[in-house]
Amino acid sequence: MGRMRSLLIPGVDNKLLVKDAQKVMPDLARRRFVAGGASLGALTLLTGCNVSDSFSAEDMLIRISKFNDAVQALMFNPDALAPTFPESAITRPFPFNAYYGLDEAPRVDGKTWKLEVRGLVDNKKSWTLDELYQLPQVRQITRHVCVEGWSAIGSWTGTPLRDFLKLIGADTRARYVWFQCADKDGYNSPLDMRSALHPQTQMTFKFADEILPTAYGFPMKIRVPTKLGFKNPKYVVSMEVTNDYKGGYWEDQGYNSFSGS
Amino acid sequence: MSTIAVNDQHTARATRVIQPGWVRVMHWINAVAIGLMVTSGWQIYNASPLFGFSFSSSITLGGWLAGALLWHFAAMWLLMVNGLLYLAFGLATGRFRKKLLPITPSAVIADTRAALTFKLSHDDLGRYNSVQKLLYGGIIVVGIVIVLSGLSIWKPVQLQYLTALFGGYDFARYVHFACMAAICGFLVVHVALALLVPKSLRAMIIGR
Repeated sequence: MGRMRSLLIPGVDNKLLVKDAQKVMPDLARRRFVAGGASLGALTLLTGCNVSDSFSAEDMLIRISKFNDAVQALMFNPDALAPTFPESAITRPFPFNAYYGLDEAPRVDGKTWKLEVRGLVDNKKSWTLDELYQLPQVRQITRHVCVEGWSAIGSWTGTPLRDFLKLIGADTRARYVWFQCADKDGYNSPLDMRSALHPQTQMTFKFADEILPTAYGFPMKIRVPTKLGFKNPKYVVSMEVTNDYKGGYWEDQGYNSFSGS
Repeated sequence: MSTIAVNDQHTARATRVIQPGWVRVMHWINAVAIGLMVTSGWQIYNASPLFGFSFSSSITLGGWLAGALLWHFAAMWLLMVNGLLYLAFGLATGRFRKKLLPITPSAVIADTRAALTFKLSHDDLGRYNSVQKLLYGGIIVVGIVIVLSGLSIWKPVQLQYLTALFGGYDFARYVHFACMAAICGFLVVHVALALLVPKSLRAMIIGR
């Protein structure tokens, strides 16, 4: 296999390539991505070839990722339930995972916290935790699959999101439910409406029958067993029903947006 | 009459195509696809290693997990479409049957012995010996299993029966990894032998 990067674009100096890519894409996260991949746009700039300057391997990959979103939406069966497991299969301790340490996890005050509801809904009233706890809850024991590859089985209890969307009079023909969170740097993530209406998609208030601890997203997590873990936002502060694609914390950095499992 | 027939046969042999065009095109597309899949797969592996080691970033593709996933799920189309066409052509033209069958254990043992003592003939590149039949047939099976186990990791809910067939999500990752290791092992032998018998490499490039 040798040095893959030099094989990809023979004759182009890697350092120059990365330097050039940095100029074109100043964003740090994108730079990290480009440093490893190869920018054909950089190649054309260096060689002066008259290929469209905007074409790059990154553009092509992003385009294919969008195509994969569409393929996954086609594959998505709204009636297919994620496999459920017996109590004995629960992973203990269930891993804490974030882009920060547990000591930096947001400490939300459950007494003052309110879930803000925005967008294409009839009733935009904010919900206190006590009000949300009044809603009927169900429990699921399902597998959480992380984009990194590992998986863990957990027990989540809460209100099916589709029941809540119905309750607030959400326009379920809208394309997304977009969640914003209390994580540092403002975590957010869009969820396509069909996944939002899946029977197992849940506004989660309890983990293993206990009030959600900080590690797992107190006061509210959105549990989506048909999606990878990063599409299961924790510390949710608002939800917006919208037709606009508003991006997401990891999605904007190149992770596939649909990321269905 | 008989001399003409012999001459015809002779010319036919001289210009005989060992590797038809479709095999050559699909072989090299597959080579590129496998290279992209394996090196991006190593980067993905590094995000959550199954064993006590990681792959050096000098031999991985994508730079970090997101980049590697983008490469992996782009190159998968190249691998799958090319692979499906290859299987369809191989079955429809009878190439698989003619080239790869029959494989008998005794012939494999005899040819392995001959190969290890450098007595195996490569005079006729159009005919595979039993070791080649086993390796080329085996790698096709591995190729099918690595794609199916990959699909089962990608879609453990939508394709949950496939995932169950591979022993569940976590075990399917080991199957996927083992197939990758088998492909890399195959590649070492395959490339070494192609370099030892350069006319086989020529045949895979220009056909003769």
